[in-house]
Amino acid sequence: MTLAVEVTDLHKSYGTTVALDGLDLAVETGEIHGFLGPNGAGKSTAIRILLGLLRADSGQATVLGEDPWHDTETLHRRLAYVPGDVSLWPNLTGGEAIDLLGRLRGGLDEKRRADLVARFDLDPTKKGRTYSKGNRQKVALVAAMSADVELLLLDEPTSGLDPLMEAVFRSAVQEFTAGGGTVLLSSHILSEVEALSDRISIIRSGRNVETGAIEAMRGGSMTKIEATTANPVDLHELESQSGVVDVVIEGDRVTCSVATDHLGELLERLGASGIRTLASSPPTLEDLFMRQYRTPEASRS
Amino acid sequence: MSGLTGTGTLLRLALRRDRVVLPICIVLLVLLAGGSAQAALALYPTPEELTRAAEAVNASPAIVAMFGPISDPTNPGAIASFKTVSMGAIFVALLAYALVRRHTRTEEEAGRTELVGAAVVGRRAPLTAAVVLAIGACVVTSVVVVLSLVGLGLDAPGSIGYGLYWLSAGLAFTGITAIAVQLTQTARGASAWALGALGVAYVLRAIGDSSQGALSWLTWLSPLGWGEKLDIYGANRFVVFLIPLVFTVASVGVAYALRERRDLGAGLVAGRAGPARASASLSSPLALAWRLQRGAFIGWAIAYALLGLVLGSVAHNVGDFVSDPKVEEMLRQLGGSASSLSDVYLGAELNFLAIGAAAYGISAALRLRSEEAEGHSEQVLATRTSRPALLGSHALIALGGSALLLVVTGLGMALSYGRASGGVGATLGRLLPSVLAPIPAVWVCVGLALVVFGALPRLVVLAWAVLAVFVVVGEFGSILKLPQAVIDVSPFVHASVPPGGSVSGVPLAALLLIAAALAAAAVGAFRRRDLTTA
Repeated sequence: MTLAVEVTDLHKSYGTTVALDGLDLAVETGEIHGFLGPNGAGKSTAIRILLGLLRADSGQATVLGEDPWHDTETLHRRLAYVPGDVSLWPNLTGGEAIDLLGRLRGGLDEKRRADLVARFDLDPTKKGRTYSKGNRQKVALVAAMSADVELLLLDEPTSGLDPLMEAVFRSAVQEFTAGGGTVLLSSHILSEVEALSDRISIIRSGRNVETGAIEAMRGGSMTKIEATTANPVDLHELESQSGVVDVVIEGDRVTCSVATDHLGELLERLGASGIRTLASSPPTLEDLFMRQYRTPEASRS
Repeated sequence: MSGLTGTGTLLRLALRRDRVVLPICIVLLVLLAGGSAQAALALYPTPEELTRAAEAVNASPAIVAMFGPISDPTNPGAIASFKTVSMGAIFVALLAYALVRRHTRTEEEAGRTELVGAAVVGRRAPLTAAVVLAIGACVVTSVVVVLSLVGLGLDAPGSIGYGLYWLSAGLAFTGITAIAVQLTQTARGASAWALGALGVAYVLRAIGDSSQGALSWLTWLSPLGWGEKLDIYGANRFVVFLIPLVFTVASVGVAYALRERRDLGAGLVAGRAGPARASASLSSPLALAWRLQRGAFIGWAIAYALLGLVLGSVAHNVGDFVSDPKVEEMLRQLGGSASSLSDVYLGAELNFLAIGAAAYGISAALRLRSEEAEGHSEQVLATRTSRPALLGSHALIALGGSALLLVVTGLGMALSYGRASGGVGATLGRLLPSVLAPIPAVWVCVGLALVVFGALPRLVVLAWAVLAVFVVVGEFGSILKLPQAVIDVSPFVHASVPPGGSVSGVPLAALLLIAAALAAAAVGAFRRRDLTTA
């Protein structure tokens, strides 16, 4: 498997503020890679280094086989970028900005441009200063996605889009990868990342704390169980079961979380009390995410 | 609701943001007034010499057109102040303009007023805070200037008049800028209105002062002329100060009324829809830079053409040859060695206009910084556009535009002056070296601005500080009695050729080399640094 983006041990500081502290990142060609992390974790800094806008203090970054700082212009023919905070020229219309950015990038696909403008329901005749945040993002998205490129770097591209436009975005991204493109998607909208991403990287304080397919992450995680039983279950007894946490008993209702490899033992125990209803849900990305974010800094090192 | 809730908090915020720059500006202005007054008193130690120098000034319509007349030639304060009081008034006006604009439309355009406005802050509070800040700064400047002049031994009433002169300009442009920032959606548009008004005020006063009789009433129309009518160190007619006072109250009132009529973020002139597609030409960094800068350039070019036409016809009026050797010496000190008063006048005005062209060049070059800070350059540089191409396109407009401004104004001068005497072609031939010679000096200023952008993007204000230093040492160096080595720091000193004077190529070639080296250094520095937004 070739890597579209390969980052090893990347460091970047602004004065005494450490933005990246040994970041590793690997994005495989053809995948949609979710890039998650709390505010200030260093996501935007990392993406700007991948664009050659910032220079790393140390470490390696390779994008599409090229060095983003030294081969900037040749590399930029092959990728497109949507910044998190899209700022348009106040006196250029949205349509003009799309054309300008497309031409500066080396041309855009007219058919795709027209199609995306229509699907995103964008009025291209309005001046940049009159657009709302969501509409500015649409302009940047249309400009980036109608370019003929191999890689999209998207930094929280949908934070201002309404649910309808969010759906348009998702299908457009999927069309892009269906054509062989690669996407690095930084986002806080977990449902979006969950729906789109093949693999994700969670970073925190400039380091990645978890990387992999969401499915694999779920495997090593907890399953949530909600059950009602015929006979009451003893709280202490349930809590003493290995792998079981967060037990709540209200009358005949039992809810708890269980490590996936202890699920069988728990079900046996509950079965002894006579299960009437049972619901089990796999951990959502939100659960994974929250667990990573909440873990105190010290306990990880 | 008075709409003023929160004004005090906003005022403290503004003071906190300006706590370094504002005191520096005030100190510089006071040093300019005090230093040159001291130097002038030292230059003419006896009362007879003072009086003769003052009479020589009044006998030169060219100098009167530039600085205004001297009221009482027997008062030492008159000669000690005549040059700095009128030029200083322009600086005070610029300070008031910068403060009002910075704390109103610039904030509103950046969306910060919205953030503040959602808190318990009245609708009129931001404008009020800015106006109070500007007026306060002008008052402090004036009071300190009065104290320093009295400290130098100049008479108190005249010195108070000096302070009121400056205050009148500061107050008037506080009001004018307060209106200007209501008119357009952008801080740049507001600048065009306010600085345009400053240019009109300067020209009205220059025409009024230089045309004895017929058009002298024009001075009364100019906010820069009111101070002159105070007759400082002469009749001291302080009642004239009522004019700027009433004007300021009225213009700020108009600004409030305009503010009530518009929405937050909007101007009075509503934005229109535009083309859905970019024209075929909008496809390069240079085309983008031109698109962003053409409005400002066209505005400056029109202003420079008009100034050239007006100054050319004023120069024709000042006519006459110098006979008095004392006047000749005076003129030499004011930056000319030519024999004709008209030539001296045009030469001195071209020196000022070269500084203006440098100011245009710096602001055009620093557009690179605002493009970067607003996040536009990030998107452009994420395309195949290289950093040298981005820098080069704005640099080209700054360098070419500033040179073109001088050419345009020279053409205007030749047209109006030459039609009245000597013929347009002949006048143009004689003026052309004076018009073209300052261009290398202007380019050095642009080059410095580019280097500051390339190396110290968060400190681009340094580019303006450097220009201010050049102006002070170059234009006021001789009356401040600065050593020649300090005066020589200003590139304008080496690039000034009076009309009909001879051009020496070596200094100009050296300045061109320096400008080229600065541009190259700027590209090198910009290639190596991080892009910084906000």
